[in-house]
Amino acid sequence: MNIFAPIGRAVLTLLAQTGRLTLFTVAAMTSIVRPPIYIPLIFQQMMRIGYFSLPVVGLTAFFTGGVLALQIYIGGNRYGAEAIVPQIVVLGITRELGPVIAGLMVAGRVSAAIAAEIGTMRVTEQIDALTTLATNPIKYLVVPRLVAAIVSMPLLVAVADSIGVFGGYVVATESLNFNGAVYIKNTVDFMTHQDVNSGLIKAAVFGFIIALMGCYNGFHSRGGAQGVGTATTNAVVSASILILAANYVLTSVLFQT
Amino acid sequence: MAEQKSTTKVELKGVKKRFGSKVVLDGIDLAIEKGKSLVVIGGSGTGKSVMIKCVLGILRPDAGRIYVDEQEVTHLSGRARDQMLRKFGMLFQGSALFDSLPVWENVAFGLIQGRGMNRKQAREVAIEKLAKVGLTADVGNLSPAELSGGMQKRVGLARAIAADPEIIFFDEPTTGLDPIMADIINDLIVTTVKDVGATTLSITHDMVSARKIADRIAMLYRGKIVWEGPTTEIDRSGNDFVDQFIHGRAEGPIKMEVRK
Repeated sequence: MNIFAPIGRAVLTLLAQTGRLTLFTVAAMTSIVRPPIYIPLIFQQMMRIGYFSLPVVGLTAFFTGGVLALQIYIGGNRYGAEAIVPQIVVLGITRELGPVIAGLMVAGRVSAAIAAEIGTMRVTEQIDALTTLATNPIKYLVVPRLVAAIVSMPLLVAVADSIGVFGGYVVATESLNFNGAVYIKNTVDFMTHQDVNSGLIKAAVFGFIIALMGCYNGFHSRGGAQGVGTATTNAVVSASILILAANYVLTSVLFQT
Repeated sequence: MAEQKSTTKVELKGVKKRFGSKVVLDGIDLAIEKGKSLVVIGGSGTGKSVMIKCVLGILRPDAGRIYVDEQEVTHLSGRARDQMLRKFGMLFQGSALFDSLPVWENVAFGLIQGRGMNRKQAREVAIEKLAKVGLTADVGNLSPAELSGGMQKRVGLARAIAADPEIIFFDEPTTGLDPIMADIINDLIVTTVKDVGATTLSITHDMVSARKIADRIAMLYRGKIVWEGPTTEIDRSGNDFVDQFIHGRAEGPIKMEVRK
């Protein structure tokens, strides 16, 4: 009957969620610098987050670079500016598409996996078991994933940038009749440090978002298989939205003139 | 309640906990004497697990105090809590083994991560503890997922006793096991606990198990302790709640809660 009740409930839920996430983030961040630090776990997670994401990120980057070359050629053609393809491909890939495509792919792959794993540990009381064995679950589970994601994402994006540019090169030389050597020279001459660096900074932030959303949603999952399923979905959705939002904010901060 | 002597190992005073509007613990007073085994019985959803989690600091009680070795531990955090937790071992209802680690590393986990023992030495301790619960060394290399429920319980028990804790908690140790395996686990609990001389708190609704492992029994209903006494007196407690529970009658003062 009371129309304010559902509104109030929604607002309270939102505030509670925000508060919980903030506390979780602070706990995770302060745990990063305090011992014990589980170095082997960080490397293990870097393998899972970074190395095993290479095929999917590489393939998406390749096709993205290819389609980018194709569209720029078509668009440029209308103004007789089709020779601009290598410059715009490298700009688009390094600044935006490399980090964003890699971020979204890794969000789907890794956020989900982290949320499902930690969520299952939560509902089967494995996280409580860690506590009773005098091991801080934030330090043991969250910190290695956060650190690994923050370190591996820029590496992954560096690879994605190269493959993306290569995708554009293949399409341009094979079907658009560009000269290979000229294409590469134009790419290298045009590209600046800032183009690449800004993309790598974005990648590190996206890595943080990916791991944080996976861990947070997993940690707070409730109620068996369905709860873990919900946590996994929430992790992917929230990580993807936050990546795109953060991308806008970062772009406006990094390229303000 | 138990007399206030220096032998009290764990004590709860007026512990309250609620989730939203649902009151789960409504002022629990309970004391466990050193080296004794207390079993808390009660139906599903009466707050038995919540009580244990409050003592371990996994949940924060809303009111009341908890003492371990006469030190208040209610609001400990960080390193002080880790120190306190080193006195504890716990066997979880579903065993809660880490499925990413082999069996021996599960048993040795508290030694390696909690106490910084080197892996080789920890592995030897783990194999020795596995032997205590009737498992051979080659089981140590298996993954927990490859074991049956009863075997997982044994591994969970080995993990609980691995660091020779002073206090061990058992959360529904026999739930989900066949009667024979349940009896084996009960025997193991009795013998292993005697071995390490630990104080234990168990929660269960399995009366066979309670009678076997308890020195004293307390009954929890609606967030309160409604009866507490020696195991030998459980059949003449004169308490309607206890009588209904131990005889498993549908009719009586206990009304089953629908919601958790």
